Amino acid sequence: MATINDDLLWMSGNEAIALGAFEAGVTVASGYPGTPSTEIMENLSTYEGVYTEWAPNEKVGLEVAIGASFAGGRALATMKHVGVNVAADPLFTASYTGVCGGLVLVSADDPEMHSSQNEQDNRNYAFAAKLPMLEPSDPREAKEMVKLAFELSEDFDTPFILRITTRVSHVKGVVGKGEKRDSHAQCNINKIPGKLVMLPAVARKRRAVVEDRMAKLREFAETFPLNRIEEGDTSRGIITSGVSYLYVKEAFPDAAVLKLGMSWPLPENKIREFAETVDELIVVEELDPFLETHIKAMGIKCKGKELIPNQGELNTSIVRRALDPGYEQDLFAPVELPNRPPNMCAGCPHRGIFFNLSRMKVFVSGDIGCYTLGFLPPLSAMDSCVCMGASVSIAHGMAKALGEGGHDKVVSVIGDSTFIHSGITGLINSVYNKSAATLIILDNRITAMTGQQQNPASGYSIKGEVAPELDLEQLCRAVGVKHVYKVNPHDIVETRKVLKEAVALDEQAVVISEAPCVLLPEMKERQPVSYFTNQENCVGCMSCIRLGCPAISWTPFAEGEAEQRGYRKKQQGLSKIDEIICNDCGQCASLCKFNAITRGEEK
Amino acid sequence: MEETGNILFSGVGGQGILLASEVTVYALLEAGYDAKKSEVHGMAQRGGSVTAQLRYGKKVYSPLIEPGGADIQMAFEMMEAVRYLPYLHKGSRVIVNTQKILPPSVATGQAEYPENVLDQLTERNIEVVVVDAFDLAQGVGEVRTANVVMVGALSTFLPIDPGVFENVIQTRVPARFREVNLRAFDAGRKASE
Repeated sequence: MATINDDLLWMSGNEAIALGAFEAGVTVASGYPGTPSTEIMENLSTYEGVYTEWAPNEKVGLEVAIGASFAGGRALATMKHVGVNVAADPLFTASYTGVCGGLVLVSADDPEMHSSQNEQDNRNYAFAAKLPMLEPSDPREAKEMVKLAFELSEDFDTPFILRITTRVSHVKGVVGKGEKRDSHAQCNINKIPGKLVMLPAVARKRRAVVEDRMAKLREFAETFPLNRIEEGDTSRGIITSGVSYLYVKEAFPDAAVLKLGMSWPLPENKIREFAETVDELIVVEELDPFLETHIKAMGIKCKGKELIPNQGELNTSIVRRALDPGYEQDLFAPVELPNRPPNMCAGCPHRGIFFNLSRMKVFVSGDIGCYTLGFLPPLSAMDSCVCMGASVSIAHGMAKALGEGGHDKVVSVIGDSTFIHSGITGLINSVYNKSAATLIILDNRITAMTGQQQNPASGYSIKGEVAPELDLEQLCRAVGVKHVYKVNPHDIVETRKVLKEAVALDEQAVVISEAPCVLLPEMKERQPVSYFTNQENCVGCMSCIRLGCPAISWTPFAEGEAEQRGYRKKQQGLSKIDEIICNDCGQCASLCKFNAITRGEEK
Repeated sequence: MEETGNILFSGVGGQGILLASEVTVYALLEAGYDAKKSEVHGMAQRGGSVTAQLRYGKKVYSPLIEPGGADIQMAFEMMEAVRYLPYLHKGSRVIVNTQKILPPSVATGQAEYPENVLDQLTERNIEVVVVDAFDLAQGVGEVRTANVVMVGALSTFLPIDPGVFENVIQTRVPARFREVNLRAFDAGRKASE
């Protein structure tokens, strides 16, 4: 965030939502990190007077926010799109209870899957859970809408969903400053069981309230100023929302546009009125035909997904080509270059585990985090990855399907934060139902993938204050795991021995791999002693190269060069460590059998 | 004020690309432009190719540059200058830092770093501005200012007085790094003039 002048700020959509929530007087905010939502809570935690926290998962985060709302405070829950799946249970029933203090759920969707396992369109949740949804196009609107969402939540006694996408979250733009106001709801205990206790008799009554509320919201949507018609060339009228609106404005600046700031419920009369003024009606939206389906259900003729792709992000060019098939552009074709895929950092503790797994004949049931990169060559040591926490239960299911003798053919790998998120229940199941597929917990003391967020095992709160530290070993023992091992993953050889022993057991074993993430501030501040290559000892066996460490590179010999330089005639080349990139983990040294890799201080 | 301008920043994670794009934005905003910038976070950041897209003008809607639409590409690594060809057009200008960072396939001997990679640009009538940003940054006494050297080079092609950039560095950079960054900016300007 940066100040441009007295009135204007330069900030991302996520920073704008944090500021908007602060200005709206939010009292409690909870969430789980997930790209592209993470920076909302991180930024909100820097404002004074707002209680913020990282919850162990999205369900807990939303429930915390519901509780704060029941106590009369304005409350916010933030998560990525797939996080809403985890939080869906409380979400669908909070739709029945309604709110006391304003309650806003931010769903940050990731079309194109820049950093996600799927690209589900969470506008469908608004329809399914019978909840109103606002959808901003840019940071300025994101701030305006989050403030509005709190007010409308209280006015209509309903949770509101603010749906953003990557190109709102991680886009920076100019945002106006606003007034900070206290939440007008007073926080206190207010017993209203007829509204808050969702057992069947009460829920049936609230069910009718939900229908009433949605009817009122439909009426409200008709005159809601952020559902606006922008007059223009009526030969083609475009209905759009969210970031797609921006692409429409770039591609067809003169077209008549109905921009829907509220993507659920829809203003039927306004849509009908707009449709009647244009010759051809087109719906431009990313991912699912959400608006299109509901507009067609109103009996209004329109075109949508037969023109606009239903996969991946849109952009100006896609929208222009879709609507103007004659539009042609002479573009340079890409040239072939060596790829530069993401990679685990130099010194990353995960590498040691995946290196070992790549040499064991096991199916590796993986999970979500930096360590999913263990899938990439040269390690290529992950065989499945579905969703947060699934590694443990999928391994259990596979072992059961394989039957007797199957227990040593499957292992699961999960990070500390993901284990706490939703791996613990899977482990309880594995123990209870007598599984023996070894679980490896990669405990690097942080939620790393999303950019270093604290979690219940890291010992610190979101604000960096000391917090109780979950003891993973004791937790595993408490749920009944008899065989709990701890390894230092940087010692490859010793780790291999432990992994082999654990996998061979016919009872549930857990191996906790303990080594901190190299991106932790304390790890970055230390002065790592780098390893270096004694090239005179290097025999070119490539053992260290196979780690795929960014600090180690291979220099091939030219013809005859090996002999000329005094190496074996057949030697193909030499390995070299870049001492600037090296992060002092020593995994390569533990693999080298020829004394060709030495730690700097032993030079 | 001319029409919308599009600058594509590209390089490898850890090269200070986001900071360079921020300094550029502040200068554009101070000069009275509207702007939007799109970044990619998360998994893509782990040592992979990194881009940021910056658009400026009187009023900017889309945060994304269209294919063929980049007026200027800032390439912080040599090979990355060529990766985004579909975003360029004849007459686009590519400002290239001559530094090479080996991708994993090259480092492990599976592939070779392409030779004379910048010919791919000049052959297509794309203007190439070569900047030895790493050496110039070393010359001003701080290798980490290579990104500001690149901004200095960029500034000679933008319709903004260099004083606006210098003012941004004066006001936005922590005091102890101010002088060295001003020198880096100046070195970059001279290199591209």
